[in-house]
Amino acid sequence: MKTLGVILLSAMLTDNFVLSKFMGICPFLGVSKKLDSASGMGIAVTFVMICATIVTYPIHHGILVPNGLEYFDTVVFILVIALFVQLVEIALKKMLPPLYKSLGVYLPLITTNCAVLGVTVLNIDNGYGFIQSIVNALGGGLGFMLALVIFSGVRKKLEYADIPETFNGVPATLAAASIVSVSFMGFSGLFS
Amino acid sequence: MAENKTPLIKEISKGIIKENPTLVMLLGMCPTLAVTTQASNGIGMGLATTFVLLGSNIVISALRKIIPDKVRIPAFIVIIASFVTLVGFLLEGFVPPLYESLGIYLTLITVNCIIFGRAEMFASKNNVIASACDAIGMGLGFTLALFIMGSVREIIGSGQWLAGLGQLVGIDDWQPISIPFIRDNPMLLFIMPAGGFFTLGMIIAMVNKLANRKPPQEIECGGCDNCPMSGKCDKKEEKAS
Repeated sequence: MKTLGVILLSAMLTDNFVLSKFMGICPFLGVSKKLDSASGMGIAVTFVMICATIVTYPIHHGILVPNGLEYFDTVVFILVIALFVQLVEIALKKMLPPLYKSLGVYLPLITTNCAVLGVTVLNIDNGYGFIQSIVNALGGGLGFMLALVIFSGVRKKLEYADIPETFNGVPATLAAASIVSVSFMGFSGLFS
Repeated sequence: MAENKTPLIKEISKGIIKENPTLVMLLGMCPTLAVTTQASNGIGMGLATTFVLLGSNIVISALRKIIPDKVRIPAFIVIIASFVTLVGFLLEGFVPPLYESLGIYLTLITVNCIIFGRAEMFASKNNVIASACDAIGMGLGFTLALFIMGSVREIIGSGQWLAGLGQLVGIDDWQPISIPFIRDNPMLLFIMPAGGFFTLGMIIAMVNKLANRKPPQEIECGGCDNCPMSGKCDKKEEKAS
């Protein structure tokens, strides 16, 4: 059994969701233009990841497994995530309007973020316990935020660069993402 | 049916080249980057996605008048997730090696923007036959993009081509095509995540160059009402203010 610290750090660094597992590429490319939106999206995703893990873990082990319905995982998990995102949105709107104002615009996007569904499925696949799952979700979310924040800095530089017209826009962004991903390769083998 | 033929072929062909979901519309990036370490994985993933797309497009299009507008998103998600589960079973049963190598990304077809996007933009507004054609076109376009990505990464990154294709089509003594020189000195970086980003960037740049069009600075806007990105879109703020 891996210790919690190893799970946290490896989910954040060595198995970074964006840069080595390619989950959540759409928000990574879409929302990383500005630092504040990058960190806002990161916080929102981390929050939903943890909440989704807390909800889906008991559903999987308490309801689906005893009844032999593990194959319903995908359907149930994605519905739970979609419902949860809606609930969080409504709750934040009512109870914490300032937080809603800063996070609200990112919440609907999170349903289709594969990192959230990915983390819930990975927790089950890896056979993590309840606490381990939550730590894994926390690490995954923080790693997602880290990648977005670092990349928003890179993109700021990229905006001032003189790029050939063919490479302007998405191709240059992807090439920059490749270099950031190389830097994260430096973490590989750190915890094994 | 004869007079209907031309537009239907158009529905199919537009997805393959002109509106290629991955290389032109920039949807479904996650699987494009993740599974394309081998060309055969690309084909497998592409065909699995095509199957889900075809199934979900047909069902959503058939039910488009029954599903109330307000609950359409959860309804679409359930339909898509059911087909993904179905594909998972089929692959596990008939092509276990592919099932193993696609791993978690098979489940993540559920949240592939291409499928949801086509359901929202096309299947919920068009009849069953047109939706099916649209799904086939988009699916083949996606498969083509994945195959190109996978080929480039496999040839440069491991010096061979089409390894694993034998398992996909059921030939036991399949030999991958070995590329001289690179086989002895493969650039491992290309089958690593960094190489995925780089290859996709270069392929999109090449498509830009060949199409000789302005690079896609902004994703084309189809109005905020049906747009999944409307939340973070700058244009919406402009409109509101």
